[in-house]
Amino acid sequence: MVLQPSERHYGDWNHRRLGPWCSPTGSPAPLSCETGCGEGSWILVCRLLVPTQVSLLSMEEDIDTRKINNSFLRDHSYATEADIISTVEFNHTGELLATGDKGGRVVIFQREQESKNQVHRRGEYNVYSTFQSHEPEFDYLKSLEIEEKINKIRWLPQQNAAYFLLSTNDKTVKLWKVSERDKRPEGYNLKDEEGRLRDPATITTLRVPVLRPMDLMVEATPRRVFANAHTYHINSISVNSDYETYMSADDLRINLWNFEITNQSFNIVDIKPANMEELTEVITAAEFHPHHCNTFVYSSSKGTIRLCDMRASALCDRHTKFFEEPEDPSNRSFFSEIISSISDVKFSHSGRYIMTRDYLTVKVWDLNMENRPIETYQVHDYLRSKLCSLYENDCIFDKFECVWNGSDSVIMTGSYNNFFRMFDRNTKRDVTLEASRENSKPRAILKPRKVCVGGKRRKDEISVDSLDFSKKILHTAWHPSENIIAVAATNNLYIFQDKVN
Amino acid sequence: MMLSKGLKRKQEEEEEGKEALAVDTWWLGPGHPAVAHAPPAVASRSLFDLSVLKLHHSLQQSEPDLQHLVLVVNTLRRIQACMAPTAALPPMPSLPTAPGIADNLLASSDASLSASMASLLEDLSHIEGLSQAPQPLVDEGPPGHPTGGAPPSLGALDLLGPATGCLLVDGLEGLFEDTDTSMYDSELWAPASEGHKSSPEDGPGKEEAPELDEAELDYLMDVLVGTQALERPPGPGC
Repeated sequence: MVLQPSERHYGDWNHRRLGPWCSPTGSPAPLSCETGCGEGSWILVCRLLVPTQVSLLSMEEDIDTRKINNSFLRDHSYATEADIISTVEFNHTGELLATGDKGGRVVIFQREQESKNQVHRRGEYNVYSTFQSHEPEFDYLKSLEIEEKINKIRWLPQQNAAYFLLSTNDKTVKLWKVSERDKRPEGYNLKDEEGRLRDPATITTLRVPVLRPMDLMVEATPRRVFANAHTYHINSISVNSDYETYMSADDLRINLWNFEITNQSFNIVDIKPANMEELTEVITAAEFHPHHCNTFVYSSSKGTIRLCDMRASALCDRHTKFFEEPEDPSNRSFFSEIISSISDVKFSHSGRYIMTRDYLTVKVWDLNMENRPIETYQVHDYLRSKLCSLYENDCIFDKFECVWNGSDSVIMTGSYNNFFRMFDRNTKRDVTLEASRENSKPRAILKPRKVCVGGKRRKDEISVDSLDFSKKILHTAWHPSENIIAVAATNNLYIFQDKVN
Repeated sequence: MMLSKGLKRKQEEEEEGKEALAVDTWWLGPGHPAVAHAPPAVASRSLFDLSVLKLHHSLQQSEPDLQHLVLVVNTLRRIQACMAPTAALPPMPSLPTAPGIADNLLASSDASLSASMASLLEDLSHIEGLSQAPQPLVDEGPPGHPTGGAPPSLGALDLLGPATGCLLVDGLEGLFEDTDTSMYDSELWAPASEGHKSSPEDGPGKEEAPELDEAELDYLMDVLVGTQALERPPGPGC
């Protein structure tokens, strides 16, 4: 299959190199307490909800959703299952934060502008745009419902005034354009002010329509729909550093798309066996290298990571590198494979490392060393003795994500009981924090949490048996250059900021 | 959901000297005979039953999560590899639906079932002492569909619903089919095999069929006749 040249360039891509993320001072954004993610350094900036009613309101009446934010989002809790957040992603500047939910909606928040009068409000995010990205569909051939849940959102780098993002459900990827309109034309000759056609016979003079200011309106329009290319459920999308292509990965295949072409894609990975009886492994996540447009990685349910080079062959079934850690015999159990299944894989911003999340750990791998990770962090090792129960209630299949901070010095991932964990790679210190309404007051410093494994439980510790496994932090995001994090807990979005900032 | 207090994990070497797979048994409850001092085979068996249940439940979804399915099947294979080739185990209380599900799996397998799954099921029938009692054949659907080698008991086909029934008729291969275009006619009122546990996802009528008595049948007939009378176009003079 030959890729046809684009008929038109997708804008003038600004091929500016995404260099190392730095604070304005030029050094990597430090965390407070000089030791990194030390205790008592994170504060809650705001907690955001997107109730169903607010979304419907903004879509039907086409009003400025920014006005809704303050009055609705903070206090109302009439949430439905459709409101459960299923993905969170900052854009490349951190100015925008997008969430997708089970109801197929995308909500974009924008950072409050810096204001001399309200300095304390800097860092807060308000609703910028809300739109229905995907609707439930029905596959008539298989008699199957296709969920509208948004599995992933990925931003494209900004190249003009508009913002572009990719959103995907199980089967279809869409490219959305989000743009602002603050002017409207007035003074048409053939239409009156309400838009009704005028009788040409009544027109005696001509005028030139002029643009007049109007209330800011943010509109989202679907620009491309990439459909019918995935038999299995899409779990990942990743924008290539060439800004012309992206890939979408499902359980057994990975496809490469050009943004301009929606009716065809390249299949670059296919692990479907000729005989489906031999199926023992599926693809769980995939991502392009941040700088090398020919390189990508994908992870599997057997705890392996394959790095592929698209220059080697059209079909990247043969990996260039294969990352796998040998199984620890002392920890072997019936559940070894399940807990080794990788739920997320992320390149570091530098492109030198990859981070993987399996059920109990986060691992950092050096691309130059395949036989074992260079760092392993225990997220919640106290669950190792509970695997049977977690298997019974299916929690063992939960897919946690992991994220790097802007300088690749700290990694973060979620856990149960609305806990999330940060690991400082330099100091080897770690902290457990909680995203919950009860424990978070705006601007109050988050208190580190501790899980008591056995023996005496201290006053502020929580025992393993008291953990709430229905409250899980699966989706988190870290601002690309500042110490601002977004944590999704069911239908709540928490924005935390490092105090020093 | 809260986890109850855990018991100490038990790890024992297997008879053949294979590396033992640790199985924590605390979740069975302190009063359960399989706990603490029970041999790991018992815990393995409980885990096996649970995994079979999970597989069954997964297959009942309209579109099973492939990753979940593959992981459960692989876990089943691991457990089965540990359990076989042991001698016949002492009868242990297992989840009531497990034998029924085993029947279903046996019933719906055909010649294309993978070797590993086939040996798994053979061991299962050996272990459980199940016999493949002949049951009335259910119409499998379009002629020409490969059914050679299928065991006689196919009454379980309808129990799993049209979608999952299709998957299981092809054995494990059918689990992962790209496109399932074969819709099997299933007799809604065919008798179910014993021990089947109905679930909310079951289609109408499957779980009801074996338990209808004459009075209920009469009532249903009345309702149907009454409905038809309502739908009958009004005749002259009405």
